[in-house]
Amino acid sequence: MNAITPTPGGQVGRSIPRLEATSKVTGRVEYVHNLRLPGMLSVKLVRSTVAHGRIKSIDVEEALKVPGVHRIVTSEDVLKVIPVPYYGPAFHDQPILAIGKVHFVGEPVAAVLASDPHVAEQAARLVVVDYEELPAVFDEVEALKSKTVVHEQLKPAGTFPDLKHLHGVRDTNLALDFQLVHGDPAKAFAEADHVFEHTFRTQQVLHVPLEPYVSVAETDGNTMTIHTASQSPSFVRLEIARLLGWVENRVRVRVPFLGGGFGGKLYIKLEALVAALSLITMRPVKLALTMEEQFYTLTKHASTFRIKSAVSKDGRVTGRECEVWWNGGAYADIGPRITQKSGFTAPGPYDIENVKIDSYALYTNLPPAGALRGFGIPQLVWAYESHTDLIARELKIDPVAFRRKNLLRDGREQATGTVVRDMGADACLERAAELMNWDAPFDRGSGTIKRGRAIAVGFKASISPTTSVAVVNVAADGSCTLFCGTVDMGQGSDTAMAQLVAEVLNIPAETVRVVHSDTDVTPYDMATLGSRSTFHMGHAVRLAAEDARAKLAALATEVGVAPGSNVPIRELFVRKYKMQAGTIVGTGSYIPDYTSPHQGTGQSANVTPFWMVGATGIELEVDTETGHVKITKMINVADVGRAINPKIVESQLSGAAIMQLGFTTTEKMEFEGGQCTNASFADYKIPGFADLPPTMTNVVVDANQHNGPFGAKGVGESGTFGVSPAYANAIEDAVGVRITTLPITPEKVYRAMCAARNEPLED
Amino acid sequence: MSTANKTIHFTLNGRPVTAEVAPHHTLVELLQNQFNLNGARESCAQGLCGCCTVLVDGKSVSGCLYLASFADGTAVDTIEGVADGVALDPVQEAFIEAGAFQCGFCTSGFILMTKQLLDAHPAPDDDQIRHYLAGNLCRCATYPEIIRAVKLAATKRKTVTA
Repeated sequence: MNAITPTPGGQVGRSIPRLEATSKVTGRVEYVHNLRLPGMLSVKLVRSTVAHGRIKSIDVEEALKVPGVHRIVTSEDVLKVIPVPYYGPAFHDQPILAIGKVHFVGEPVAAVLASDPHVAEQAARLVVVDYEELPAVFDEVEALKSKTVVHEQLKPAGTFPDLKHLHGVRDTNLALDFQLVHGDPAKAFAEADHVFEHTFRTQQVLHVPLEPYVSVAETDGNTMTIHTASQSPSFVRLEIARLLGWVENRVRVRVPFLGGGFGGKLYIKLEALVAALSLITMRPVKLALTMEEQFYTLTKHASTFRIKSAVSKDGRVTGRECEVWWNGGAYADIGPRITQKSGFTAPGPYDIENVKIDSYALYTNLPPAGALRGFGIPQLVWAYESHTDLIARELKIDPVAFRRKNLLRDGREQATGTVVRDMGADACLERAAELMNWDAPFDRGSGTIKRGRAIAVGFKASISPTTSVAVVNVAADGSCTLFCGTVDMGQGSDTAMAQLVAEVLNIPAETVRVVHSDTDVTPYDMATLGSRSTFHMGHAVRLAAEDARAKLAALATEVGVAPGSNVPIRELFVRKYKMQAGTIVGTGSYIPDYTSPHQGTGQSANVTPFWMVGATGIELEVDTETGHVKITKMINVADVGRAINPKIVESQLSGAAIMQLGFTTTEKMEFEGGQCTNASFADYKIPGFADLPPTMTNVVVDANQHNGPFGAKGVGESGTFGVSPAYANAIEDAVGVRITTLPITPEKVYRAMCAARNEPLED
Repeated sequence: MSTANKTIHFTLNGRPVTAEVAPHHTLVELLQNQFNLNGARESCAQGLCGCCTVLVDGKSVSGCLYLASFADGTAVDTIEGVADGVALDPVQEAFIEAGAFQCGFCTSGFILMTKQLLDAHPAPDDDQIRHYLAGNLCRCATYPEIIRAVKLAATKRKTVTA
């Protein structure tokens, strides 16, 4: 590298292997789960066995008799070190351990500590908790009107302006009512040639990263270090400092690699509890959940979506009404943000002049729900793209032609009033149609095997306005280090960020060292979520590298090196410091422009810095004797702007689509009286090799995000958007039955086929 | 909790070792707590995901279910023993070149199973790969890339032995 003659870096667009690849194939990569500290205590939790109830007593006598038990902690002990132990990003509603009441089956009630985790586990089984059971509410639609109230009073965190009016509101399960009105929907419906209305539902599913939630805390009473598998280290530091009443610099949050995240490991999960336990015991404390316990920690919102469209004779959608109920479970987590942010795009990527949206975040007595690879978008696309196909079918218009006619194109106003730019919905639809050979004759199958096909397109606004900060150091030998709070949970962010540094500084990306989140040294980053990092952190990294480059150029001038000369970097340092010494520090900070949507109408001139689009095409076979569905072809297309690392981008699209295929076909948390009854991989089926379509094509459209770092934008979620509706639409195309609830099991398809020929099966 | 500990002797990645284990300790716990080998990882704890895969006398087992005391007298091989010093095995190289992992939590198990697969079927087709690796899960769903990695590893091995 030399600072004086910047030549095209050529680092953006390279498919280099991940920087950490060797450590991952040798088993030596660092995860929190590897960490064992001297004197460390392990924790096992005693969890609520009722969905809603008052805690009458907690009897720890027998448990304490187990040899080796160090201590058993309840909320009484927590209150002594943290007087107001409630946390959450949107509402301060979740207690570190249940206080007085429990709100879902699986809620932590007591923590048993021992040096040996087996001892803690054995003792935890002997803790007896007596409850007075209260009526519970589980269904999101019922929760809106129910007399059963999960929380007596709402406690917004004060972070978000649109939640402030909910402060102190009593006797409701409604944690946010996002409303949007665009144009004159009533008039559109009154004048419509056709009106279509459908309701679609999605089920509770969950992230199940193969590395279950894990956190370790250690404290000397003055400072606190938390090693945690978290996607949001900066938030963890802020929130733990707030809970403890400390300033931020007394809390250090370290995050190595994550064994998957998918939106689960955001905000506070185990961190507040291990922090409290380490303060109570003054020992290092580790809490590593089991796979089963992940089912009691965070889910993806179940949802009900009523969608209604006004359509003209010639197939133009002139009005749309969307009513969405989000089942947030017992604690709000980020649910109210999902309700608002995904609410923006509920009408789909269509040019509809008159729109009304009501999006409700609801409390229920189920495990809390949060973000899961799409921030609510896959639930919406499932509904609006199923609805879109139903309309096209009813009007006897080809579903691709119908979409083409109504698609939202650049330069037009989206429902929020924001004019879209670089959205690529049309490019994705056209590419998908091409890859599906849409205009060619299609083999519809024969005998008991019927074939169908479909395409679905979804889109998403970014999560705004959020901040990222980065630092790039150049050492005296010219080697570069990036300090970056983006968490690499498998998406390849270390590699992509190194490529951005390398592009600016004109060095090979492989030589850039990336320092992971450690809030003692890495600057603030809002979080690794919502496909925001490539854009937001990407800009911060670019700016930091440009700052370092400018400082190197200044150093060159200072030591008398002429512009354009080929003097190596280390020579510049030697000339200035007379030896290999010194450091150049480049910094970059980025927050995009944003206009908060108007409360009541949801209108904003600038609701997002960029849009993401994903389309999926599926061809499948349905066995009419069994209802079994076999995908024969799957294509996923996305607009990701310019791909920084094309191979990793393809892997993101493919992985997201397969994950969504699990949510579409097999995954469902079963509940009985609020108790999840299939909390294990034996009964909750995630995709494996046997579920992989025989062929999958994953491509990005040729695009450039005008305001993105080197033309790039987010990619992590786009592959999920179109999968579920494409699957359902293709099934209807094959056998003429419509499934409106997820997951779509063979039994559901078979029952629907029986019902369609007037021979319904008994339940 | 039984405290009837037992001293066991076994070969770990080619070296003779001794350990004291309790009857309820699993092989994964033993490897992590006494040998600081973290590449075999407990995830589902039911032998369904393959993250904890280790080889005992050359055969893959679920280290989260396999009791440590059963390792007495056996040869145990883990992911940490696959590379020869810093020289990677062709299967490891193939996984890197094919981009066959994202978060990496399941990768140890996939690599050990792939070695076993290629020992049994030096040139596997798609169906053989899917079937053989069906007991390993990857939540990042890097399955298509793993298939490519296995085929690439098969080619690399052939080149090495030729």
